[in-house]
Amino acid sequence: MSKYLQAELIRLKKRFYEYCALVEEDVRNAVRSVYENDKELAMQVIEKDNDIDRLEIEIEEECLKLLALYQPVAIDLRFIISMLKINSDLERIGDLAVNIAERSVRIIELDQKNPVFDFTLMCERSLLMVKNSIDALIELDEKKAEAVMEADEEIDELHKNVFKKVGDALKDKPNSFEILSQYLTISRALERIGDHATNIAEDVVYMINGTIVRHQG
Amino acid sequence: MNNEPSNENKIRLETIDLSVFYGQNPGVKNVSLQIFDKQVTAFIGPSGCGKTTFLRALNRMHDLTRGARVTGKALIDGTDIYDPKIDPVTIRRKIGMVFQKPTPFPTMSIYDNVVAGLKLVGIKNKSLLDEVCERSLRQSALWEEVKDRLKTPGGSLSGGQQQRLSIARALAVEPEVLLMDEPTSSLDPQSTNRIEELIGELKHQVTIIIVTHNMQQASRVSDNTAFFYIGNLIEFNKTTKIFTNPDQKRTEEYITGQFG
Repeated sequence: MSKYLQAELIRLKKRFYEYCALVEEDVRNAVRSVYENDKELAMQVIEKDNDIDRLEIEIEEECLKLLALYQPVAIDLRFIISMLKINSDLERIGDLAVNIAERSVRIIELDQKNPVFDFTLMCERSLLMVKNSIDALIELDEKKAEAVMEADEEIDELHKNVFKKVGDALKDKPNSFEILSQYLTISRALERIGDHATNIAEDVVYMINGTIVRHQG
Repeated sequence: MNNEPSNENKIRLETIDLSVFYGQNPGVKNVSLQIFDKQVTAFIGPSGCGKTTFLRALNRMHDLTRGARVTGKALIDGTDIYDPKIDPVTIRRKIGMVFQKPTPFPTMSIYDNVVAGLKLVGIKNKSLLDEVCERSLRQSALWEEVKDRLKTPGGSLSGGQQQRLSIARALAVEPEVLLMDEPTSSLDPQSTNRIEELIGELKHQVTIIIVTHNMQQASRVSDNTAFFYIGNLIEFNKTTKIFTNPDQKRTEEYITGQFG
């Protein structure tokens, strides 16, 4: 019995890691499309969202099947429960990457220079959070997961700054509303991506040691 | 080894450094464990781990096994059950047992099966016996099925009913503790389900210890779980803890099927 469950878990894990890589790549491409004004890359991200949605459902069905058929316990149970939760966080990250890509397309169409700010740092930070949360999951690295949780504050702070800058800029140039709102949406999406990466990191900690670390901050 | 107490409940049964030897070989080694009142405690572990040997030591069943020897202490409400001054029959009235296979006296009537323990100690009062018979059969969730045929032989019942009859017989003498040695391993899923429901109801009245090979059963019916391996108590913990995040690596390996 357990031999079959272990084989199924290995298969699920492999599939899941591919899914993680896909989502991570999406976020990276969405951000790059903004930086590099690359409409084609943005369109790729938008189109790939269907694949992510399909994988999310497949993984969920797989987890439910394993729960029903094998009644896993202890680490096997924690693993599957964490997969289920991380699965939906990844799907949300995928959706946010699409939001960024859509804004990117609109920015290219508007053909205006970013008038207010450079958010290279914010892009880098949220990408790193996604990467580290996934690495923590694959390597079962509690320290790395904790580092992701700590990084969330910085992103929140960066987003607040963007919000303030957009507000100030609007006072000076009210007609730049549309381009500014695109950037504000991107900033908001990056901040939300950081939140989902934090959720993933929290689930990784639960998977490793059974402790629920949510809502402790 | 982890002997975390489960909660604030009263301790009904306690062992201190209890070992059981067969000849020179220890089947159970220095087990110290506390059984809480009106809770279900499950003993799990691979075959030969000592869980049944330990269970049998709790109502002096090894007195009947040639070459078996018990050291250490087993206390019920603070009284040592191995005290030479105590009659094993008294102990077994306090600590009843239900076995793997149903054990009705097959030709004896259902009624006589239930009250056998009382008759054995000389109780003959008909109205008292009637009362105990009905109460015990109700407690074991068998009354509705057999109330109109109490005079038919115990052997005429189905396997699941026979096991509930065995439970009724054990309950008739009003034990404080009920030991169950794989009580559903010879039953079909439906009868197993009945017995598991029954355990849930009975635990409000008696303290139950169940040995089971079926880990899902342990997780379904028990409040606390003790994991035994090669005669040692490896971990004793709340059942929810054992099955979600056990403290001991060997417990985790066993319950996730990596050995055993």
